[in-house]
Parts: sequence; C-alpha cells; structure tokens
Amino acid sequence: MKRVKRRYLALQLESEGLPTEREFMDAVWGAVTKLYGEVGASLTGLALINFDGERKIFVVRTSLASLPMVRASLATVTGVAGKGASMHVLAVSGTLKALYANVG
Amino acid sequence: MTRSFADLHLRINPKDQQTAQRLIGKAAQMGYHYISVPFTAGLQETEAAALKAMCAKAGIDFVLRADFKPRTQEDLMRFLRKFRRRFEVICIVCDSKEIARQAAKDRRVDLLNFPSLDYHKRFFDRAEAELASCSLAALEVDVKSLLVLEGPPRVRLLSSLRREVAIALEFHVPVVVSSGVGEEPLMRLPRDLASLAYLFGLGEAQALDAVSANPSGIVLRNREKLSSRFVAPGISVVKEGNSV
Repeated sequence: MKRVKRRYLALQLESEGLPTEREFMDAVWGAVTKLYGEVGASLTGLALINFDGERKIFVVRTSLASLPMVRASLATVTGVAGKGASMHVLAVSGTLKALYANVG
Repeated sequence: MTRSFADLHLRINPKDQQTAQRLIGKAAQMGYHYISVPFTAGLQETEAAALKAMCAKAGIDFVLRADFKPRTQEDLMRFLRKFRRRFEVICIVCDSKEIARQAAKDRRVDLLNFPSLDYHKRFFDRAEAELASCSLAALEVDVKSLLVLEGPPRVRLLSSLRREVAIALEFHVPVVVSSGVGEEPLMRLPRDLASLAYLFGLGEAQALDAVSANPSGIVLRNREKLSSRFVAPGISVVKEGNSV
C-alpha cells in the first residue's frame, strides 16, 4: 500500500480565553464538515499533535492530498466554543522538526 | 521573489480613528503591503490624509479607492469623469446588467464587484467577461460573505463564484480576492485569504496572484498613469531638457 504523505500545520488561534484541546478540534472538525461534509472530513486524517497554551499555537496533522481543503476550512473558522475566534496558518511542513524550526 | 500582498477592500470607518488604527496595525502585522479603504461619497481629503498617515506609520502603502454603485449609465460616466484622476482604484458595484456591461467595457474601471447575497444580480457571464478582457477591469471577490454565511446561502454563493471565476480565467480577466471585512476577528492572513479562493476553483498560484500580483498590478499601473510624468501607455517623461 502506498504511504500516505502528511503535512503538519502550525495554527495561531486568536480568541478570547483559551479553549480546551477538545473545543479547538471540535471547531476544526466543524469547519471541515460544514464545507466538505462527513465523507470529505473523513479523508483529511486530521489530528491534533501538540498545543502551546501560552502562545495559543496548535499543531495539527493532515494528509497532503487534503491540505488545500483543510486550509480553506481553517480560514472559515469564526468561533471556538461559542466565542469569537480566528485561526491563522503560521507554517506548513512535512516534518515536525522543520515546522518547529519555522515557528520558532 | 517575495510577493507584495494587498487587501483592496477593508471596510474601515475613517471617522472612527481608534478602530481604523487597530485594523491598520493588524493588517501590517499580517504582512499586507497595500491596503485600501473604499470611499463611497467622494473624496474626503482630511480622512484620506489621516488614513494615509496611519498606514505610513504602520509601514503599509495606502491605496485611495472609490466605490460607486451607479443607477444609470450616465451616472457612471459622470462619476468616472469626475473621480478617475482623483482615485488610484475605481470599483463599480454593478446593480444592473446595463451598468455591468458599461463598466466592463470602460477602461477607466479597475474592479467589477457584484452583490454577494443577491444571486440574480451577479452579471458576470461570458459576455461580461469578454468585454472586461478587452478593457482593464478585474473581477473582485469579497470573501467576507464566505465567512459569515452558512448553509444554503453559502452553497449558492460558492456555486456562483465558481462559475464566474471559471469564466474569468477562460477570458483572461484578472481575479482580485479582497476581504471586504471591517472587524478584526474576520481579518485573515494573505495566504489564508488565498486558501479561501481554493473554494471557488482558483489553483494555488492563481489564488496567490489574486491577493498579490493582480491587485498590486492595478495599483502600480494607475499610479503610473496618475503621475505627472505619464504621457501615454508605455511612454513617460524620463528627463526634461532646458529649452534652447
């Protein structure tokens, strides 16, 4: 079977307060499902890898094939856990090492 | 080569200086090189100067833009005659087919904008694109509606945008993606703005051009035309000699 290529995204969250990991991922899944439906969302292979509460930077993983879908969906996020919020993609990389080097 | 990103449609109220300053600061922080605030009721010199000063302080290039929603063709002509040389970017919000056609064929119009919510008033079809391709007009898409709408209205909007963008690409009409927002939480990084263009069928490079090369090309072209050295397209005064 062909290996699935992945991409790691560093996301900057702008929101009032700090949501929990669960609330954050619910917002991400919600945005992807709203735009692409449940079948589309299932193809993305989204997963939360890490999060830095102090800087509100979240690292998520997705498949390379669905990267444009995920980026577009993230840009449509306007709220997390019922509060106004936006997500900005700070960096995209194929390895976590390079991603952390980019984000600093 | 690094791209110069532009958001030619930030809805800032020039009278609310505090909010304006905050939004301009945020745009600078996000990496925009050009921003523009549309003036809808003629040029207010003091407000434009204040915005320009705020932008200069933040390290952004402020672009003077006018938005106009003409009711008749005569209205449009009168507006263009009066304001073309006073603004760097002219956007016509097309409310009827007659206006849309006239705006598309007029070389003084830079951007064609259509109401996002009224699908019957989106007149960017093949005939419109053909006219626009012969002039200099570009199709402007505001992404704000994509952020605030949900469900069937967003589906309908995406469907219209996909059709219009495909037509624009077929006829080589430049597409400009702008935010159209006036609130801080709805502002997006230039590359996030470009990623939204994926939703209506722009490829990665085309989407990045829509937030960088296309809008900045319009600004630079018009600035050249408005400069005192401009004679005609491709001809400008390089040096003035002394008369003998």
